[in-house]
Amino acid sequence: MIRRQAIVVLALVGLLVATYLWLYKIGVLGELQCGTGSCEYVQTSPYADVLGIPVAFLGVLGYLALFVLGLVGLQPRFVADRRVALSLAALATLGFAFTLYLTAIELFVLHAICRWCVGSAVIMTAIWGLALMGLARTPSAAAPPR
Amino acid sequence: MNRFYLLLVAVALIGGGVLWFGSRRQPAPPATAPIPIAAADGFHGFTLGSDSAKVEVTEYSDFECPFCASFATVQMPVIRQQLITTGKVRWRYRDFPLPVHQYSRYAALAAQCAGEQGKFWEMHDQLFSNHQWAQTGKNPASLFRDFARTIGLDIDKYDACVDGQRYAGRIQASVQEGEALGVRGTPSFFVGGQLFQGRATSDDFKALFDSLSKTRK
Repeated sequence: MIRRQAIVVLALVGLLVATYLWLYKIGVLGELQCGTGSCEYVQTSPYADVLGIPVAFLGVLGYLALFVLGLVGLQPRFVADRRVALSLAALATLGFAFTLYLTAIELFVLHAICRWCVGSAVIMTAIWGLALMGLARTPSAAAPPR
Repeated sequence: MNRFYLLLVAVALIGGGVLWFGSRRQPAPPATAPIPIAAADGFHGFTLGSDSAKVEVTEYSDFECPFCASFATVQMPVIRQQLITTGKVRWRYRDFPLPVHQYSRYAALAAQCAGEQGKFWEMHDQLFSNHQWAQTGKNPASLFRDFARTIGLDIDKYDACVDGQRYAGRIQASVQEGEALGVRGTPSFFVGGQLFQGRATSDDFKALFDSLSKTRK
């Protein structure tokens, strides 16, 4: 239960971060608050879009899905449901893999770091770890009877 | 459980508020104040190539101009490789920020300030290779600082230079000199002091330089 709550909170924070970056990308925000990072350089690079879709928007969708799925998983009848744990783990693994790809682009192609992206990467990594732990501790026999 | 949902609401409200507040803090806008009249510091543009090259090309360019960006990213790499690094041509860059472009003078200032630290051409490449900034209409101050960091500038010196508009007079002098020579648009090129009327392609330049080199032998 605690792990799923943590996933929901982290997904909400990630959703806020991704929304912030997406609003910048579509021109609603004029400037990113980035401190000493290179946020705008990263966000205006060709790698900030995948097939014409802003990466930040994909982040919004991903975190929103994790948030909703985590909330569903907190409902009493789904707490011990392995299907929810499996879905969370699968979605988090997808998000983590995408995060690894984006971080590699920052480090090895752009040679620039966006602090918000690092924040998102940390959040996604934590969600991934929690989701895997949750899956490991949810026995398959615990699925509710039909 | 109710406490948990209260926590969620609090995170959403605080996080949303922080992001909203943060997004409202804008940096100082790029220079729009009247620019001081030409400071005659004797500077005539940054150059690439050998001083002993037989031909010199002077380019009058505007960092916000899409044609200049296209030239810089498509033609210039070939010109650098085939003509400049081979010692045939020396290339001189002059600023000619057009008044219709909101941030071109600011970009020229950023490049001059990079030049102060010996990295004019690196900033030149950043400004032209990442030209999306010229299409968004957003204040590019923060993005240009990112460029400055990327090319390894001392950011405090860069900030002081840009904020103080240290080279505004130099840029204005370049504009005045260009106007006096008959520059009306960008990019404009002078080859051996003569206005180049051909197409701004590496092939045309190469053909011209080859013919000039033969006549000057």
